[in-house]
Amino acid sequence: MMAVGCLFLLLLGSGGAKANSASVSTELSKDVEINSSVPVDVTERTSAEALLEQLTHTKLSKAAALLEQLEQSGDVRVRAVFQTMLDGALYYQRDNRQLLAVRKGEDKSLNASDVFSGESLGVVAKKSVKKIRVNNRLRVYLRGALSRLALNADSADDRNIAVMSMLDKLSADNVAALQALDERETNHEVKVSIALALAMNTLATSSDRDQRLAAIEVMDGRLEAPVKNQLRALVDSAVVDGSIVNSSLDTQVIAAAQKALQNIDGKVTAYGYVEQLFFGLSLGSVLLLAAIGLAITFGVMGVINMAHGEMIMIGAYATFVVQQLMPNFLEYSIWVAIPAAFLTAGLVGVLIERCVIRYLHGRPLETLLATFGISLILQQAVRTIFSPLNQTVVTPEWMSGSLEINAVLSITYSRIYIFIFALIVFAALQLVMKKTSLGLQVRAVSQNRSMAKSMGIHTDRVDALTFGLGSGIAGIAGVALSQITNVGPNLGQAYIIDSFMVVVFGGVGNLLGTLFAGFSLGIANKFLEPATGAVLANIIVLIFIILFMQKRPKGLFPQKGRAAE
Amino acid sequence: MSTPSSNSMNRLSHTVGKYRLPIKPTSLFVLVLFTATLLASMANLWVPADSAFHVSTYTITLLGKYLCFAMLAMAVDVVWGYCGILSLGHGAFFALGGYGMGMYLMRQIGDRGVYGNPELPDFMVFLDWAELPWYWLGMDNFGFALLMALAVPGLLAFVFGWLAFRSKVTGVYLSIMTQALTYALMLAFFRNEMGFGGNNGLTDFKEILGFDLQADSTRVSLFVITAVMLALGYVVSQFIMNSRMGRVVLAIRDGEPRTRFLGYRSERYKVWLFVYSALLAAVAGALYVPQVGIINPGEFSPLNSIEVVVWVAVGGRGTLYGAVIGALLVNYAKSRFSVVMPEGWIFALGALFVWVTLFLPKGLAGWAQDKFFKTEEHPSEDEPLSSDMDTPISHSAKGAS
Amino acid sequence: MSFLNDALETTRETMRRDQVWPMLMPDVQVNVDKDVILYVEGVSVSFDGFKALNDLNLYVNDGELRCLIGANGAGKTTMMDVITGKTQPDQGSVYFGQTLDLLSRSEPEIAQLGIGRKFQQPTVFAEQSVFTNLELSLKTNQGVWSSLTARLSSEESDRIDTVLHTIGLKGQRNLLAGALSHGQKQWLEIGMLLVSQPRLLLIDEPVAGMTAEEGERTGELLQQLAGEHTVIVVEHDMEFVRSIARTVTVLHQGSVLAEGSMDEVQNNPDVIEVYLGSEE
Repeated sequence: MMAVGCLFLLLLGSGGAKANSASVSTELSKDVEINSSVPVDVTERTSAEALLEQLTHTKLSKAAALLEQLEQSGDVRVRAVFQTMLDGALYYQRDNRQLLAVRKGEDKSLNASDVFSGESLGVVAKKSVKKIRVNNRLRVYLRGALSRLALNADSADDRNIAVMSMLDKLSADNVAALQALDERETNHEVKVSIALALAMNTLATSSDRDQRLAAIEVMDGRLEAPVKNQLRALVDSAVVDGSIVNSSLDTQVIAAAQKALQNIDGKVTAYGYVEQLFFGLSLGSVLLLAAIGLAITFGVMGVINMAHGEMIMIGAYATFVVQQLMPNFLEYSIWVAIPAAFLTAGLVGVLIERCVIRYLHGRPLETLLATFGISLILQQAVRTIFSPLNQTVVTPEWMSGSLEINAVLSITYSRIYIFIFALIVFAALQLVMKKTSLGLQVRAVSQNRSMAKSMGIHTDRVDALTFGLGSGIAGIAGVALSQITNVGPNLGQAYIIDSFMVVVFGGVGNLLGTLFAGFSLGIANKFLEPATGAVLANIIVLIFIILFMQKRPKGLFPQKGRAAE
Repeated sequence: MSTPSSNSMNRLSHTVGKYRLPIKPTSLFVLVLFTATLLASMANLWVPADSAFHVSTYTITLLGKYLCFAMLAMAVDVVWGYCGILSLGHGAFFALGGYGMGMYLMRQIGDRGVYGNPELPDFMVFLDWAELPWYWLGMDNFGFALLMALAVPGLLAFVFGWLAFRSKVTGVYLSIMTQALTYALMLAFFRNEMGFGGNNGLTDFKEILGFDLQADSTRVSLFVITAVMLALGYVVSQFIMNSRMGRVVLAIRDGEPRTRFLGYRSERYKVWLFVYSALLAAVAGALYVPQVGIINPGEFSPLNSIEVVVWVAVGGRGTLYGAVIGALLVNYAKSRFSVVMPEGWIFALGALFVWVTLFLPKGLAGWAQDKFFKTEEHPSEDEPLSSDMDTPISHSAKGAS
Repeated sequence: MSFLNDALETTRETMRRDQVWPMLMPDVQVNVDKDVILYVEGVSVSFDGFKALNDLNLYVNDGELRCLIGANGAGKTTMMDVITGKTQPDQGSVYFGQTLDLLSRSEPEIAQLGIGRKFQQPTVFAEQSVFTNLELSLKTNQGVWSSLTARLSSEESDRIDTVLHTIGLKGQRNLLAGALSHGQKQWLEIGMLLVSQPRLLLIDEPVAGMTAEEGERTGELLQQLAGEHTVIVVEHDMEFVRSIARTVTVLHQGSVLAEGSMDEVQNNPDVIEVYLGSEE
């Protein structure tokens, strides 16, 4: 609590810390006073070079004033210096007072780089450099200064971000900076953001009713957390049990604020649902990926493959191995990993089919047991070859990060890609099954084995290929899963029951049913989660499926007709 | 072959093959079991520890554990071997029975727990629970706890079976459903909020009915009780299988639609058999917990349930003694193997699954029967097939009507 | 909620007085005042758009021996499925006697009413002895609990012996049914029907896999059964049908095309065109 309190004070302090040297807040005033006594001519426009050089001499207590001058110097390089300093990585070389960015490597060696260009300058000895120290107060100042400096960024998007980041620190200097920007800004989006910030400032500082109402109107429906917090604080200060009690505040303003707040809450809730829906789709696509191979082996061939989860695991390990083999091309490794995983898992699948499953035709329960044995062997093999521990699979740069749609809704890229990937895999599989001769043969064999055989279809070959296809797709699913979960020997086990549930729920032998089941179970799970917690949601969904199966033993989309009997 | 019904007794009994055993298999089984139990118990209690014939208490407990597993295997065999219902979730009934007993033992700890709370088990104190949840009430009474240990799994089996069999969920669908059931229960029992000790389960038991659980005499008694219960379970199961109900059950396994067209409500037979099997598993679980001293959600894991199926498959499904032998053999092998080479054990278990299904579909019992008691499966030629065909039909048809 | 109702319904059903105390079980009477034992009216069944039965109407008199003929896919087996409760029709009604609605009953209930069925493929319990197969077919209390303590009465075992004699499997009584030849299995299945003493027998292709001599005997047996029982036979073997048939019904594309004596049917121009004409 103490720490938070201090931080808060510091935040307040940083608000008034700049502007011009005359108006300084309580927190920094002491430093500035001391600063005025040092032999540096403040009025003279010192070049940034000189100021930077000075930085290496200045005591910690006097650094603030120097930084303010630096900010005002308007030099573009100042941002880099501030950022490095904020990171605690600003050093200078003892001999020539050259500023350096120094970061500790994994082996604790000190790697120096140029502050401005980021160019590496190699390892430096610990003795030869000295850190320019920062304290909390300076950090607060640096953050403020950085966001103000960001207002001058070239890209409109960056300026917009800078404006947005100021919403919860509308100090006088910041407001002044915003107003200054507003005058020269041409980008519409940025202007809207500035208007919002200024409206928030007006609401906080003005006492004129019309101005405040106008400000609330601007703020109405905005999703940014500071907007909501400010309105909430305003309403809370005046409203108890739904009626306005604090008569000192303008009732009209309060009512408007209340309404705006309701609008915001409504929007936030709506976006919350959108987010849950997306999480649901994301989980659904994972379920779909995990289950889709099973939809082939179980749904089409009728083989209960308990080693299906291990096929997924093999795919994930294939990704890991590929990354180990090409450590310098991690960004592209995934494009190698996908075919590699497909082939590895597919080959293992063909092997299993040839060696075990083909001897167990028409004995589903025995197949179940045998493939379970295989799953144990595969798991243990992975434990022996690699290790029982989880392996790290690197996520490519382009898959990390998230897409921010607005202040309350952001979606991670990896999930978006997996969603798209799942749909592509599904479409490709559907194409194979419907349009290729292999697909035709597979369907023929699954519907009437002996008839297909007498038509000259090599049922043995088709069986092996189908099983290989199903396993290969499970392998591809493994590539996708390796990006979002731990890659370990138990990876597959976590998905096997869910996969079966999806296939059974969707209706055996129906790929479209699998798609539908995957997504609906995923969404159901995620919508239950806020109320019940993840585990209970999982249990409820399982119980739901068990009960559902009583009503419709053949799933959502059963195969009909006499052949299905 | 005095009565017609003994003629039709299934071929798994002593009429099998050309060799006739001098004793009914059921009696033989009970005899062997009791002799072994008695010998092991005496060797533990009365043979001095330094003698070569001494059986350590550790071994006794291990044997007791095996017998519990044998009972569980028998439960699976009753539904799988005889009725074709492959349950991959019997571990759930076993574990529920175990939890029932565990709750009683937990309450017996009283204030001897780490926190010394006379009312609440340690984990509840740890979780800051103010009072005992309602479902723990009465569990300090042995009789009531035992009743619950049977009633809860029995009821679960009834509800699940009633739902599943009524809507004709069969074959692999049912297997996957049972697996999902035990998986759901595992997830649930892992939750601390459930009030069953979460991850750690129930453990640190002190005494049962006032007897110290660590004492040799208690351990031997538990072992003997387990053997008696196993024998009882065997006899009752054999009785069921030899009754007409057993024949209907076999008929359902081999041709459920036909059985229904004969007028049997197959779903009811299956439900009651499933409940009976669940009760057997629950008894095994309740006996298991005081002997091993712990019950945790791991017992619900689908892997455990599938392992039981392997025991049965190895021993030979459709024969009760096969299930028992399978459970004993595999578990003995597991104890030996996993000490020598823990990694190898998993490989061996996996290979065992594959090997048994491919090469030993009837299990050891079936293999032994085929090898040593070759049954005459072909009609004897001394009687022409149509020997009775010349008699007037009118007579026989009237007789039949 | 319907789920709960179902549960309640079944509990009530299980706890029925006559179920708990079998001696209270009323002997279900089939009302044949109008001489008709089976009413199939306006029954339609479709699988994925294919109309297996199309507004089928069929009335069978008590004690009749009726033969059903028709090309493959004419709906013969589907009709049997509907009568025995295996398939629910999309519309129509099926009554046993005047009062017993068959559509609201499950397969076991229908079987207990006294409707026996022999399948196209002989289905016997391969892993059990011939004797047990017959024992299981006895018309007795078929509840779970009574089966646990059931003992064969001497009367019942006599009946089984008589039937064994009739179907010529006396020497195979302790043999596993799976070890029988195809023809013997057919006989065993007929035997299972005989033991259960049904009011109505539905027999699907009884002579398939039998020698000519055996077929002849089967024909005789069926004719003997008619009168006391009602028999519906589905058969492809025209000679066999001609030898036993009194009334023949021709099915075509899920509905009745013609009905009458064998000669009438064979001279029916419709029949000649769609069925006999195309084959002969």
